[in-house]
Amino acid sequence: MQYRRPSPRLWLARQAVLGMASLVLLVFLGVWGGLLWGGPGGLAGIGAGLALAAGSWLVERGRYRSWGYLERDEDLVVQRGLVFHRLTVVPFGRMQFVDVTAGPVDRLFDLATVQLHTAAAATDARIPGLRSADAAQLRDRLATLGEARASGL
Amino acid sequence: MPLATSQAPALSGTWCRLHPLSPVARIGITLGALLLAGVSLVSGAQTSSGRTAEALVVAAVAVLGMVASVVSWLVTRWRVVGDELQIDTGLVYRQSLRFPLRRVQAVDVVAPLTARILGLAEVRVISAGTGHRQHGRLAYLSNQDAAAVRAQLLALAHGLAAETPEPPALPLFRVDNGRLIAASLLRGAWLLVLVVVAVGAILAAGDPTGAGGAVRQGGADAATSLITGVVTGLFALGLDAARSVNGDFDFTIGHAPDGLRLHRGLLQKRHETIPYGRIQAVRLIQPLLWRPFGWARVELDVARQPEARRQGEARQLAHLLAPVATLEQARWLVGQVAPGAPATLARAGAPPRRAWFRAPFSYHYLSAWHDARWLVTQTGRVRPATVIVPLEKVQSIRLSSGPLLRALHLANLRIDTAGRRWVAAAPCRDADEARALVDQLGGLAWRARRLSW
Repeated sequence: MQYRRPSPRLWLARQAVLGMASLVLLVFLGVWGGLLWGGPGGLAGIGAGLALAAGSWLVERGRYRSWGYLERDEDLVVQRGLVFHRLTVVPFGRMQFVDVTAGPVDRLFDLATVQLHTAAAATDARIPGLRSADAAQLRDRLATLGEARASGL
Repeated sequence: MPLATSQAPALSGTWCRLHPLSPVARIGITLGALLLAGVSLVSGAQTSSGRTAEALVVAAVAVLGMVASVVSWLVTRWRVVGDELQIDTGLVYRQSLRFPLRRVQAVDVVAPLTARILGLAEVRVISAGTGHRQHGRLAYLSNQDAAAVRAQLLALAHGLAAETPEPPALPLFRVDNGRLIAASLLRGAWLLVLVVVAVGAILAAGDPTGAGGAVRQGGADAATSLITGVVTGLFALGLDAARSVNGDFDFTIGHAPDGLRLHRGLLQKRHETIPYGRIQAVRLIQPLLWRPFGWARVELDVARQPEARRQGEARQLAHLLAPVATLEQARWLVGQVAPGAPATLARAGAPPRRAWFRAPFSYHYLSAWHDARWLVTQTGRVRPATVIVPLEKVQSIRLSSGPLLRALHLANLRIDTAGRRWVAAAPCRDADEARALVDQLGGLAWRARRLSW
């Protein structure tokens, strides 16, 4: 029983977003430091920006690595979280509907998020960063399984 | 379309209107208030044209309201076809509502004051669909029609023939009205008022000592505003208590083969029927101020539409099993609704001792236990609550742990049910035990679902 992971493209997408944000941050901190304290200030600003970017990169990587999902005979298990671990088990018979969403960045990288909904509001089973074809496949598979095992409320 | 006074044809598939007095019942109170306002305006008028204009406006509003409710009555029709309740309504936006009766979660009969005076009642069908906002509402039918409609809807919901007469209910439990009133007055908010009064008194007493007139004046001002605030708070509390007494007066539970029958209300009477299989969770709560008296409240949850919560209807839909009862009675009631499930937990279900570091105050109340059919959890220090979930109703299981919990090798376990109001939480379990429990509960829930078919 091996947990399946989101596509490595998710990591690419996250890094791209992170890179853009870091670039803006670096320029901003560099200019700000430079204006306040001249040359050394600018360097310090850039250094701080780099440190921040490196830190967020590490956190993002941990987050990306923490995602995992597992289809078992009767239920789906989703785990996530770097600092706060979360594990959610949803029986197939309890699924009300499955939806697939893809934001602009996701679409750029051909990714999609599969979300499971049950009759309980608190259920938070979500699998991000699947290739859209895989996501569609998973959605159909889940829907079929859910239908076969559906039980009344 | 015939103006049938009896609703029998609607139950056999003919379109029918609601009771002809429905428009009156619906706007009864508003209309009365408007008429009163109009009369007082006219009688107080000294032939000044301004007053007459105001009276005319009031009259116009009243007439408009009346016309609107008559029109809404004219365009609303309903019937039961096969095992489906159909309601067509709306003049500008036509709405066709269909309620599959096999999905019915509960059927309520509600009679607000004006409707009660006219001998009318509203039938409310609560289903678990997620699509549209409304419950099936038939406002209003005459009392005996409402009872007949309820009996038939429930019979159909249980897959029986429509003509099945309503099975008789055995009285199960009755809430003492005196205790209800006492319990409504014992709210935690009183403590807040007391604290405010105490703080205010100390401030007011400390302020003017050895000071001049100006400061004394300030103290008096503070006292006045304090008194105003306290009076307002007391008024709100009294109103709240009055509302809960009004809603839960003469609370009786009956036990019928097709479900639990709840009757309650002083001015507005409610009759609720909850089929046994629809109960998603039962909860037993002991509010802080009730504990010296050994009182508890028992609530139960049925699946409902997600929007109901936002519409402020949650209070009406929250099914109380007993607004107040002694602990013994409460436990007995829980046993009636959830046979075999204990309403008290042995300390055997307690989390490991190191959980004390994470939850020092509530540690002694934390407990969780399960067998093949039920899951029982207990949480809370100020308001200890016991939640009982039938395993066949489990929607999903969640496990979570933060840095502190992981350092202690603990994890929080949560079990979600379709009732949206609460989850069964088992915080601070041993991490390995919790992980094993997730799989175990999943398997048990699956088996319970299989057996319950």
